[in-house]
Amino acid sequence: MSAFVEPLNIIITGVGGQGNVLASQVVSVAAVEAGYRVVVGETFGVSQRGGSVMSHVRISKNKTYGPLIPRGQAGVIAGFEPLETLRVMFNYANPDTVVIMNDRPNYPLGCLLGEDNYPEPARIEDTIRRRVTRLYCLPATELAKEAGSPLAANMVMTGALVGSGLLPFGREYFTRTIEILFKDGVRDLNLTAFELGYRLVAG
Amino acid sequence: MGVCEELAGVRVALTGNESLARGALEAGVAYAASYPGSPTAEVLGTLARVAKMFNLYVEWSVNEKVAMEGAAAASFTGLRSLVVMKADGLNVALDFASALALSGTRGGMVIVVGDDPGAHSSVREEDSRNLCKALHLPIWEPSSVQEAKDMTREAFALSEELKLPVVVRCVTRVCHASGDVELGEIARPERRPQFGRNDRVITFSIQLHARLEQKLSRAAVMAGDSIFNMYTGPDKAARLVIASGPSAMYAREALDMLELAGSVGVLKLGITWPLPETLLLNYLKNASEVVFTEEVEPFVEDNVLALAARHWDELGSIRFYGKRSGHVAGPAGAGIGELNPDLLADSLAKIFNVPRTEQAVLTSQEAEALLGEKMPGRELALCAGCPHRASFWAIRTALELDGREGIVLGDIGCYTLGIARTGYYLLQTMHCMGAGVGIAGGLGKLDRFGFNKPVITVVGDSTFYHAAIPALVNARYNRANFMCVVLDNETTAMTGHQPHPGRQATATGEPADTVYMEEIIRGLNIPYAISDPYNVEDTINAVCDMLQQSGPRVLIMRRTCALAAVKGKQKNRVYVDWDKCIGDACGCGRFCSKVYACPANIWDAEHGKARIDEAVCNGCGVCATLCPQRAIVVERTVE
Ligand code: SF4
Ligand code: SF4
Repeated sequence: MSAFVEPLNIIITGVGGQGNVLASQVVSVAAVEAGYRVVVGETFGVSQRGGSVMSHVRISKNKTYGPLIPRGQAGVIAGFEPLETLRVMFNYANPDTVVIMNDRPNYPLGCLLGEDNYPEPARIEDTIRRRVTRLYCLPATELAKEAGSPLAANMVMTGALVGSGLLPFGREYFTRTIEILFKDGVRDLNLTAFELGYRLVAG
Repeated sequence: MGVCEELAGVRVALTGNESLARGALEAGVAYAASYPGSPTAEVLGTLARVAKMFNLYVEWSVNEKVAMEGAAAASFTGLRSLVVMKADGLNVALDFASALALSGTRGGMVIVVGDDPGAHSSVREEDSRNLCKALHLPIWEPSSVQEAKDMTREAFALSEELKLPVVVRCVTRVCHASGDVELGEIARPERRPQFGRNDRVITFSIQLHARLEQKLSRAAVMAGDSIFNMYTGPDKAARLVIASGPSAMYAREALDMLELAGSVGVLKLGITWPLPETLLLNYLKNASEVVFTEEVEPFVEDNVLALAARHWDELGSIRFYGKRSGHVAGPAGAGIGELNPDLLADSLAKIFNVPRTEQAVLTSQEAEALLGEKMPGRELALCAGCPHRASFWAIRTALELDGREGIVLGDIGCYTLGIARTGYYLLQTMHCMGAGVGIAGGLGKLDRFGFNKPVITVVGDSTFYHAAIPALVNARYNRANFMCVVLDNETTAMTGHQPHPGRQATATGEPADTVYMEEIIRGLNIPYAISDPYNVEDTINAVCDMLQQSGPRVLIMRRTCALAAVKGKQKNRVYVDWDKCIGDACGCGRFCSKVYACPANIWDAEHGKARIDEAVCNGCGVCATLCPQRAIVVERTVE
């Protein structure tokens, strides 16, 4: 685990319906379980699906921070969707930011309609690499399918985030949190998905 | 779940809305009512989940005025009560609220109002504080998730002391934030509602206005000692920031970034009305430069400026910066949109003339240069499988077949997206809950002036109960000529699937005496029909038929919200049979993705064929019935 710089600013971003609010909830509950202070700010459009969504998670030892991360000050960006990762990175990343990205595109309406062009995934990856030194790109949706449902991609991503070793507390807090928050089949699905993401990044 | 944790002193992770609910529990609330609205929709849901455990009465009311009336009744009997709404809801409740302020209350009564600076989930960023001031109600403003709880608890005490409702005004950034909260004890008071033959709560007396003013003067004095006003910074600061809500934290972080924290003081006001005047004067006395940070309107700013003008003698000349001076402003201008730490750092750097160094971020032009192409935006869309998409499709097609350039009106709910692409730009008006029906009633009376276009208004099921019924009564009575389409997705989808009078269960999951909209419509003597929007053809026919009729009439398009329908269930598997899909050769113009525009219908450019994104598709099967090649296959696992 790396040295803890206060506060740890994590941005979780994606498209409505991908479950990133739930992912940020898991991170924040785990942080509290581990005895840290945490604040999460959600940015979303109207409750409908399909818009860009972004959560700001700020973990600290004993200071309370506001729910918004200042520009260029993300420690980690967990992007559930390539285009949204890119969008957020331009605003919030600095060269030391670690980016963890799901490689599966979710096409905006304009692209489906043929008015806009969705950038080539390789191009997105390359652009991110030119801005930050550490990028993990993973097939989170595919791994989630392996675990049982493409909808569990958010837990794969959470696992990957923990696997990166950037958090000041261990994965046991996460497995416990998932066990508290979910029941039955969903719990098992989420635990498996978390594990797959964790192992892929932690090795 | 953290909200019902019994141990005091432990830290749990709560959302701001849960924290508000917990504060009410710690105050021993007995009665809670609300109509769901963002950003405060989850407060009542949270209380509903624990209602049994703490013996609470919790209801989803039909609108905010009714909710407030019920909560007031509980207070009249001495119980503590909570009513929750968004800013727009306060407009609805205003008539009763103004009378209630005069009559006063007995048991502590707290009004939680969620304002939405930046209009994240509202049509406007109304600042409810100006209305609350007009109502003569005290206003408390939490700046953090922790304060949301602590203030709610203490607001009950103040309300009881003053015998006046207290407003806890919470912004989206607090309601939708979450964080660690140190819990207090849950109160379990003995509750015996009392209201006897001799109790009277009457607002018909001029004396009451005087009494209300006295209550406010007392509140102002008490506000001075409140622990929710907090000063951080050097003693006798000559440079002072006066902040409220989360902007206090943004201001502190901005001052840290600018290395000004040692020389600039921050006075955070937790109580913004009536102003804690003595406290303010104390800090203003030493100040020569004062900056206001608050959302959205310059409410504290204006009121403090008036205070300073009255105390001009003692204070001498102070330079005031804020929205009025134009110094605290985002890209859209002063007083418009949300604040954030960067925006305040920019403003404070300018005001105090210090350099601002920050991490290099890219402008969108620079970003696109680096990427080498344009970054597509992401517009809002109805969910994959949303029944409203099918409904709008049917209305649009029927209007084309009808050929008389029918007008379509709407209002608030998921179906508001009918103003945009995924509703095929159908909606031509959009104001507030139920307004479409009233406007349709007006248009429907213009035939005598030669207005002869068919008029359709769409209204959601929850909105039907909230605000459409009086407009329908009016339409029947005055014989207005329009067609009302109830987009009945059997829930209040937009705010998180809360139940309403048309459902079988109440807020707490008890069986409800369902109020069927058909019975109401029948009772109004208005003709109606029902169709299933997933059955697109029948629905088109139903619209066409009804367009031919006259007078007020209702078509209920009924199909459960796609998200509610698939919750916890296996979805239908839908896929494109590539042997049948002939792509662009089909001449359908990529009907599924381009024309019908379900976000799960994607295009496989490499193979030139349609594809369905299984992670997004909700399995409604509508695209399969629309595809001219019948290339889309539905494997049914649910009906
Ligand atoms: S079945 Fe077709 S229309 Fe329905 S959600 Fe799936 S892709 Fe969209
Ligand atoms: S939440 Fe339900 S009603 Fe709202 S857009 Fe989604 S599917 Fe449609």
